[in-house]
Amino acid sequence: MKDNIILRVEDIHKKYGKTEVLSGISFEVRKGDTKVFIGSSGTGKSTLLRCINQLTVPDSGKIWLHGEEVTHSQKSINYFRQRIGMVFQNFNLFDHLTAVKNVEIALIKVKKLNKKQAREKAMEELVRVGLKEQADLYPAELSGGQAQRVSIARALAMEPDIMLFDEPTSALDPELTGEVLAVMKDLSRNGMTMLVVTHEMGFACSVANEIIFMEKGKILESGPPSKLIREPRFERTKQFLCKLGELYGDIGR
Amino acid sequence: MNESIQVIISTLPFILKGTFVTLRLVLSALAVGFVLGLLLAIGQVYGKKILARAISLYIWFFRGLPNLVLLFLFYFGLFPLLGLDVSAFTIAVIALGLRSSAYQSQIFRGSIQSLGSGQMMAARSLGMTNIQAILNIILPQALRISIPGWSNEYPILLTDSAVTYAIGVMEILTRGSLVVSRTYQPMPIYLTCTVIFILLNYGGMKILHILEDKYRIPGFGNMEM
Amino acid sequence: MIDMIFLSDVLLPPLLEGLVVTLKLIACSIPFGLLTGILISTGRVYGNPAVSFLCKTYVIIFKGTPLLMLLFLIYFGLPSIGISLSPFIAAVTGFIICNGAYNSEYIRGAIQSVKSGQMVAALALGMTKRQAIINIVLPQALIRAIPGVSNEIIYLIKYSSLAYMLTCIELTGAGKIVASRYFRFTIVFLIVGLIYLFLVTIAGKLLTMLEKKFAVPGLIK
Repeated sequence: MKDNIILRVEDIHKKYGKTEVLSGISFEVRKGDTKVFIGSSGTGKSTLLRCINQLTVPDSGKIWLHGEEVTHSQKSINYFRQRIGMVFQNFNLFDHLTAVKNVEIALIKVKKLNKKQAREKAMEELVRVGLKEQADLYPAELSGGQAQRVSIARALAMEPDIMLFDEPTSALDPELTGEVLAVMKDLSRNGMTMLVVTHEMGFACSVANEIIFMEKGKILESGPPSKLIREPRFERTKQFLCKLGELYGDIGR
Repeated sequence: MNESIQVIISTLPFILKGTFVTLRLVLSALAVGFVLGLLLAIGQVYGKKILARAISLYIWFFRGLPNLVLLFLFYFGLFPLLGLDVSAFTIAVIALGLRSSAYQSQIFRGSIQSLGSGQMMAARSLGMTNIQAILNIILPQALRISIPGWSNEYPILLTDSAVTYAIGVMEILTRGSLVVSRTYQPMPIYLTCTVIFILLNYGGMKILHILEDKYRIPGFGNMEM
Repeated sequence: MIDMIFLSDVLLPPLLEGLVVTLKLIACSIPFGLLTGILISTGRVYGNPAVSFLCKTYVIIFKGTPLLMLLFLIYFGLPSIGISLSPFIAAVTGFIICNGAYNSEYIRGAIQSVKSGQMVAALALGMTKRQAIINIVLPQALIRAIPGVSNEIIYLIKYSSLAYMLTCIELTGAGKIVASRYFRFTIVFLIVGLIYLFLVTIAGKLLTMLEKKFAVPGLIK
């Protein structure tokens, strides 16, 4: 059972100035899980994701990746970051590189592949997200949905153990979110371990095996989509889900 | 070491007098550049094609020539050729002023053009003549927008003032060199001169920043931040 | 008045020799001036507080000092503490130091204009900070800094004339010598001036071509 647990997070606390953004977050992620985090803005969801790959260092608490402790490790953080893939709300594609070079560069510089191997792998990933034709375009020449898919390809190319998605569709026009969510659904169904922060309840209900509702820096409640949405335990959860329903339409499916 | 300090102290008054010369030189050239630059900018934006072309040529000439060559040309060549007996200081002011006018005209031109043609159209439609419109509507705005770019000319002219050493203007560097040739203490003297220049540079910039803040038009051109 | 024989036999040869020296001065100064600019700006933005402070001080000192003053310090001042440089080397040293200071300000502005998300994404992929700076931030910053650095290169071409004040006989110096000997100041300096104008104009065109070559869609704001 132990080797099935990809990620373990224990009692994470993080303060920004006087505000405690994360007040004791703990959970476990098994191989193949897709966990979706929901909650109002400012409840620390993005901060939590950034703590996992130490882009933000938590004030206290521990994190284990595949049984190895990330938080107080002797090993360089880059060792862990290679095994954690991250997709950002604003894509953060490297503006001076074409799409395929964006996917290649970490393979060459971090994984030390030679140019030929890196190029092959990069093209493979671009094909996987459906962007073979766009390989030689620059980020400024791509639509939002295309850019985000490149950024997913870039993270996937590193063959991570777990993928973190930080509001991947929030910056996209509504017509473009579909293509990105399709890629993410595919990934999830093919067994990728994923943590996703999003408002897209349709996505959550169709692929998540657990939805985690965060409020004021704590996990208020969590459970499989069917259970959480139909019978939320807390009033606050119910309120939030209703609001989402108003904004985004029917969420129960 | 003691000897160095002695030398600095005894020659400081002489060198400091050069500060006044430098400042007079810089401010005069700045003024010449300002007036001329403004006229050139107006000529380029609102004048006939031929005028604009001639001005472009002027700008190309004065922006491409090294200061040293310009000073030599005027001091050894043009002024004696024309029979004008004028001090090195005056020649320096003219040369540096003309050069500065070429750069300043570009700054003013940019500001005038950034106002857009709407301002001019509105003024004309109210019945103002071209000149009235320029004086009352365009210039007040353009000048205020220009202050940041224009205040860059101060450190540039300060650097240029040192080059006038080559034609014997008695500014800071020239005086420093005279002292050095008398006392054979190049390091302390030149270091002192350097400090004076740095102080003049940053003192001046501070004053210009205060001016800039005072006259900034709210809501305009805060894009550089 | 315009004596063709004077021009071709007496003036032209020394001017050409001087021009060669000018070109050598420029060729030596440009690459190292750029390198200095990159080092100082990177040190200032990414270095630890001590390094950052040193770099900031470097810029304050060498932007606030007139180039000719710096040249005098190097050529006349340093020998008194045991460092004697030839006029050419002293001039090039001064040019590199000064050009580097101005370059560093342009490059620093460009580095700061690169979106912070670029660095974050690079780190998230497992790159070290150093790798991120060299492979992701600097390339974008340098592309953005091209106009500013080009400007400084043009200045360098013009200020190379100051090497004459250190007795390095480049184009301006060569002209002055001939003009003084034959009392033909106006025509000589007009010709010298025209040669500089020519150099500056060609350099401008080359640099614009360079800017176009390195342009990446969407990168220049």
